This record gives sequence, structure tokens and C-alpha cells, in this order.
Amino acid sequence: MGKVYCNWVTRLAALVKKEILEEFRTRYAINSLLMFAVTSLVMVSFAVGVSTLSSALHASLLWIILFFASMSGVARAFVKEEEKNTSYALRLAATPSIVYLGKLLYNFIIMSALTLLVLLLYLFFLNPPLGNIPLLLLVVPLGVTCLVTAGTTIAAIVAKASSQGTLLPVLAFPVLLPLFITVIHATRITLDGRETAEIIQALLFLISYEVVILTASLLLFDYVWND
Amino acid sequence: MIWRIILGLYMLLVTVATFLYAPPALGLGDLSRIIYFHVPLAWVGVLAYLFSMINSIHFLRSLNPENDYKAAVNAEIGLAFTILATLTGAIFARNTWGVYWNWDPRQTSVFILMLIYGAYLVLRSSVQDSEKRGRLAAVYSIMASISVPFLVFIIPRLYSTLHPDPILNTSGQLKMNAQMLQVFLASLAGFTGIYYWIYNLELRYYKIKERKEAKQEHD
Repeated sequence: MGKVYCNWVTRLAALVKKEILEEFRTRYAINSLLMFAVTSLVMVSFAVGVSTLSSALHASLLWIILFFASMSGVARAFVKEEEKNTSYALRLAATPSIVYLGKLLYNFIIMSALTLLVLLLYLFFLNPPLGNIPLLLLVVPLGVTCLVTAGTTIAAIVAKASSQGTLLPVLAFPVLLPLFITVIHATRITLDGRETAEIIQALLFLISYEVVILTASLLLFDYVWND
Repeated sequence: MIWRIILGLYMLLVTVATFLYAPPALGLGDLSRIIYFHVPLAWVGVLAYLFSMINSIHFLRSLNPENDYKAAVNAEIGLAFTILATLTGAIFARNTWGVYWNWDPRQTSVFILMLIYGAYLVLRSSVQDSEKRGRLAAVYSIMASISVPFLVFIIPRLYSTLHPDPILNTSGQLKMNAQMLQVFLASLAGFTGIYYWIYNLELRYYKIKERKEAKQEHD
């Protein structure tokens, strides 16, 4: 049993390592996402100008940027396998659940870095109120985790469909909507620095959403991945 | 054939009863008559969605193309009925709350249902291979339906509603008198009948098409 588990972790690690190595050879995703984040933030900053925003608006803008950044981020993971016709090799090398978790972890690593960058740039450009920093650092990563989990599954569907980039946000939005409503609300509360009773509900919600989406993704991924 | 005519006459009767037999509700006046159309439309929209999802699950298990076709047909019918429910709801909203659209929780949830239907049909149209299309669409349908209970749970907590109580409200009381209830249930049955009729037509069309294809292959 222990050996099987070890084996499983090694395979997963190998897949994540492969993704990261591949990324560092071209640096396409990192560079394009970096520019995307900077462009969208500067755009928002220009649009806002000198006017001061309410915390509700800050929370909304931040998550709109994160949504579109993550959509362009997670879209690549499966599309590139289809483009290079390497999905067959990958199918031979690993079981579907390892492929899914590997891609998910890779997406998560990329998106964590991107989120950190977006947050710092957001603070730099837009100067939002920071009521409760530790809570903000809990809510945002949790929200991004949910975003990446659902995004990765839907990206797999889109990659199989016809790898049209425009389809991903369209398909992802209805699935992600409960997450958005909660996370924007929670972010707003943390920016305001209000008390934490409401926030605990939101955190519990995010955790349960993550668990449900992850379970469903693992169960359903076989059907998407295997032709 | 005979059932189609009976259904047509029945719906005619229900429509007349809606305006002449049922009394106007207290406070809302004649505007209340819209519920005899609005609620059944919304009910069929949700029902079709449910059948679409059940057929999606069946399809993943059996890979029987008929299940996939049923799922798709239900989604198409569901979309049409949901749009009509949204429109009738908006008319009601305009005349009672003053605006067509105010992101009331019910409007939000029906809007999301429309988005899911729309996204599902767009996904279907983007895949050529029929089995692959079925699998991808089924997975998406299940993923999307998983998120719906979350919405039902969170939206009412964050936004207050002006929507009248649902017919099966939490207190278990019916706020209709006997005549209203008769018309309402008759209308509900009628719209469900229309839904079944459309569904049955589509299914027959599918069977004929399949038979024709099988024959062509045979020749």
C-alpha cells in the first residue's frame, strides 16, 4: 500500500516536473500571462483614474482581472498537448487522474505566482483599503484554488472540443458563478476589515465548493481524456 | 394526431379560464394572471434541465447515442421555455417593482440556467464527432449542474428577494383560492403536455432519421 502511494506521488511529481520544464524552455505562458496581468491592471488603473473606489468595486475589479488571467492561464495546459499531438503519449504514460492532478498542480503553481503579482500590482496602482491583510491572504488563494480546479476541468473539455480559446470563459462562467459571488463578497469584507463571522461562512463555502468540484472533476475527467 | 388536437383545445380552454374563470389576486389585480403562464414555463424549464442532466449521466454510462440526443433536445426545449419564463417574469417585474430587471435572486438563478443551456449548446456545436460531442457535453452538463445547488444556497443569503413566495413555499401553505388553484394546476398540466409533445416529436424525428441512415448503409 505504501509503495503504491509512493509510486503515485512519484508519477505525479514527474508530470508536474515535465510541465514546468516544458514551460521554462519556451516561457510562453509565463511571459504572456505576465503581460496580460500588467495590461489589464494598467487598463483598470487608467479607467479608474484618480477617483476613489468603494471596497465593493475593488473586490469586483480584482476578481475580474483574476478570472480572465486564469482563463488564459489554464487554457494552455491541455491545448498544447493537442496542438503538438503529445496527448497520446501522455495517455500511455499516466492514468487520467494523475494527468488531471498534474495539470492542476502545474496550473496552480502558475496561477499562484500570477495572483501574487496581480495582488502586488493592484496595491501599487489602485491603492485599495486593506482592512484585514491575513484574511485577505486566506480568501484570495482559496478563491484562486477553486478557480483553477474548475478552470482546469473545463479547459480539458474545451481542448478536446476544438481548442477555441473563446469558448473557455463562456463555459467556465456558469460553473464559477457561485464561487464569484462568495469570493467577491468575502474579499469586500476583508478589504473593509469588518468582523469575521460572515467570513467564516464564506471560507467554509469555498472549501466545500473546492472539495465538490475536485471530486466531480476526478470522476469525470476519464470521459474527457480518453477518446 | 388526436392528442395534439385535444392538447390544443385544452390549452385554449385553460387560456380562456385564466382570464375569465380565475379571480384576480388581492393586491395584484389582473397582473396576477401572469402566474398561470409564468410558473408553468419556469417549471418546464427546470424539468427539461433535469431530464437533460439525467440523460447526460445515462449517456456516460451507456454511450448510447439516443441518450445524448435526448439530453440535447431537452436542453433546447429547456432554453426556449426558460427564455419565455424570463420574459414573462420581466413583464411582471416591470409592473410591480418598476423595472424589468433588477438581479433579483430568482432572476439571477433563471439567468444562470439560461447561461448554462447556452454554453451547453455552444459546446455541442463546436464538436464534430458525435460520440465525443456527447461525452464532452455530458461532462459539462454534470459540472454545471453541480454548481446549481451552491447558487440556490448562497444567493438568497446575500440578496433579498421581492419575488412572490414560490407555490410550494416553506410554510407549506397555499395562497390561492380554489378557482385559482384549479386553473393553475390545469395550466401546469397543459404546459407539461406541450413540453412532452415537443419532446416526443423530436424523438420521433430522431428515430426516423436513424432508420433512414441505417437503410442507406444497408443499400
